[in-house]
Amino acid sequence: MPGDEVSAMKADLPSPMFDTTEMVLNMGPQHPSTHGVLRIVLKLDGERVVDADVVVGYLHRGIEKLSENRDWTQIILLTDRMDYVAAASTNLGYCETVEKLMSVEVPRRARYIRTILNELQRVASHCLWLGTHAMDIGAMTVFLYAFRERELILDLFEEYCGARLTYNSMRVGGLPLDIPPGWDRKVNEFCDIMDSKLTEYETLLTHNRIWLERTKDVGVIDGPEAIALGLCGPTLRGSGVGRDVRKDEPYAAYDEFDFDVPIGTRGDTYDRYLVRIEEFRQSLRIIRQAMDGLPEGPIVGKVPRLIKPPAGETYHAVESPKGEIGFFIASDGRSTNPYRFRVRAPSFCNLQGLPRLVRGHLVADVVALIGSIDIVLGEVDR
Amino acid sequence: MVDTIVIPLLKIAILLNAVLVAVSYLVLLERKVIAFVQSRLGPMRVGPHGVLQPIADAVKLMTKEDITPARADRWVFTAAPIMVMVPALIVFAVIPFGPEVELFGRSVPLYITDINIGLLYIVSVASLGVYGIILGGWASNSKYPLLSSLRASAQLISYEVAVTMTLVSLVLMAGTLSMVGIVESQRDAGLWFVFAQPVAFAIFFIGGLAETNRAPFDMPEAEQELTGGFHTEYSGMRFALFFLAEYANMIVISSVATTLFLGGWLRPFPGVEGLAFLDLIPAWIWFVLKTFVFLYVFLWIRATLPRYRYDQLMRLGWKVLIPIAIGNVIVTGVAKVLL
Repeated sequence: MPGDEVSAMKADLPSPMFDTTEMVLNMGPQHPSTHGVLRIVLKLDGERVVDADVVVGYLHRGIEKLSENRDWTQIILLTDRMDYVAAASTNLGYCETVEKLMSVEVPRRARYIRTILNELQRVASHCLWLGTHAMDIGAMTVFLYAFRERELILDLFEEYCGARLTYNSMRVGGLPLDIPPGWDRKVNEFCDIMDSKLTEYETLLTHNRIWLERTKDVGVIDGPEAIALGLCGPTLRGSGVGRDVRKDEPYAAYDEFDFDVPIGTRGDTYDRYLVRIEEFRQSLRIIRQAMDGLPEGPIVGKVPRLIKPPAGETYHAVESPKGEIGFFIASDGRSTNPYRFRVRAPSFCNLQGLPRLVRGHLVADVVALIGSIDIVLGEVDR
Repeated sequence: MVDTIVIPLLKIAILLNAVLVAVSYLVLLERKVIAFVQSRLGPMRVGPHGVLQPIADAVKLMTKEDITPARADRWVFTAAPIMVMVPALIVFAVIPFGPEVELFGRSVPLYITDINIGLLYIVSVASLGVYGIILGGWASNSKYPLLSSLRASAQLISYEVAVTMTLVSLVLMAGTLSMVGIVESQRDAGLWFVFAQPVAFAIFFIGGLAETNRAPFDMPEAEQELTGGFHTEYSGMRFALFFLAEYANMIVISSVATTLFLGGWLRPFPGVEGLAFLDLIPAWIWFVLKTFVFLYVFLWIRATLPRYRYDQLMRLGWKVLIPIAIGNVIVTGVAKVLL
């Protein structure tokens, strides 16, 4: 590792002519590239990062504790505010966990619509990731292009549930709303637009020499080490580990669709980029299949008016755009709120791998790597 | 008296104003061009299509509070922006916008002065600007500006070498260091030097991007990494000076490139008689048009490309551009001797 080489070289020097101490640079919490309120304390040798210390908690709102004092439906609102750029995925994860606890059967139509919403959400979240990641590396046009397409998805969500960011779009047992008339046509139109726009993004980045130089061999991590660090989602798949909850433990309606799980080979920033770009395409593929085969039927299963799961505890994970988001919920069976509510947030797990990734790289790579692991601080701090 | 004092002073006054107006409108142009590339509209509020935006910006910058950080080196901190701005402006003294023209019965050359070491003057004065950047970053007494001014100085010095090497091969072609002389030798050769020295042109252009700290070499002010770069601690008019100097430098590099490689004020294909009708367009308009093309490419590149990393930039400068530039000088010299 380059960082070790530097310190090894230093140890060899008999007595340094100059006083060369490491500089501590405080990156954030008001830094343009920390994607919210993240603080990284960098220890620098020149421009080379010797060590990094990630300081989180600036956006802590105590969602887990709050949830223990809200009833089961109110918590959906709180899950919106965790990963606020992928609220539908968190909604889904929570609702499915409660359904698992209550052994509720969700109607097939509802599961299909949930899948569509989730994949739209994945495309929207990846748009935001692509935009900010490219912006951090200096390609600012991609940012606006990606946001232009994200806007279309937000419009679709607005038409579906009235909200553009925090959707509150699911309920325990199903959905609050059926899709509005004409919405399916608009979703299909969006898929066609997105397909052509993806080519546009790739023209700007994928074979761009500067982009390649900035992302190849930056933050390399191999599969076993990535697993050991607890990385998840596209960040893990970039290292060649084919772990995707949608495939391995299918939920919603994912077992009914054909899709591939793209994986990388080298585990560098470029591979993580390619994986996410391919995930765009796979998401569109899933949306098209789901739209074509959308079954008729009810959108809510048999759920009692007052939700009161039986005593017990359960863990359930779904694949959010950031990675594997898991919910652990314990119910005492008596009250109308969870006894214990705990979230395994993918952003948090990926973020704690950041010091390992940035060690030995330059300051400029730190921002590239923050973008590459795709974090959202609302989810890290909860 | 009139020829030696009044006319030069008038020319200086006109040129300074023209450059400053051009600089402020270049900022607007940049915002507009990049906005169109990114499917936005850019400034639209002040005046029709935002044409008065530079005035609003100037008013804003002048009325802003001028902060000096408590632990900054006050004198150096104040002097640094001036040291950046002044070289950017005085370079214009030797840039020929056109040949001598008849104005009110007098023959007036469209340049302030034609010194016989014009090119050397440009190279040396333009590199003075880096002092302002180093001192500005150092005097701020803050970490990000310091890192960024170190980057900037290393970058400018490295690329200066490659750029100067290309100028050597150009001087070999023209046989003179005078800017007017270089344009005239292109007229006599009937050929823009960009066709005779395409390699030198490419290196000069890349080096020019790097020397003006423009994308994809805008490391010193990479806001995603170093927040505001070397002017992080500056505000108000002092910040504006750094800002304007960057754009003035863009105009300098573009007009130098025009003069050296695109035949300055000459019309396209100066050797072809059949295109003589193009001379109906005044020479200085040709000059402005060509400079504008360069500026547009500067903006276009900024909207398109990601940013190089610092070590990659250094590698490109020292391991690629400088060897090619030296090779180009040797080839030019050999060809010159043999032909």
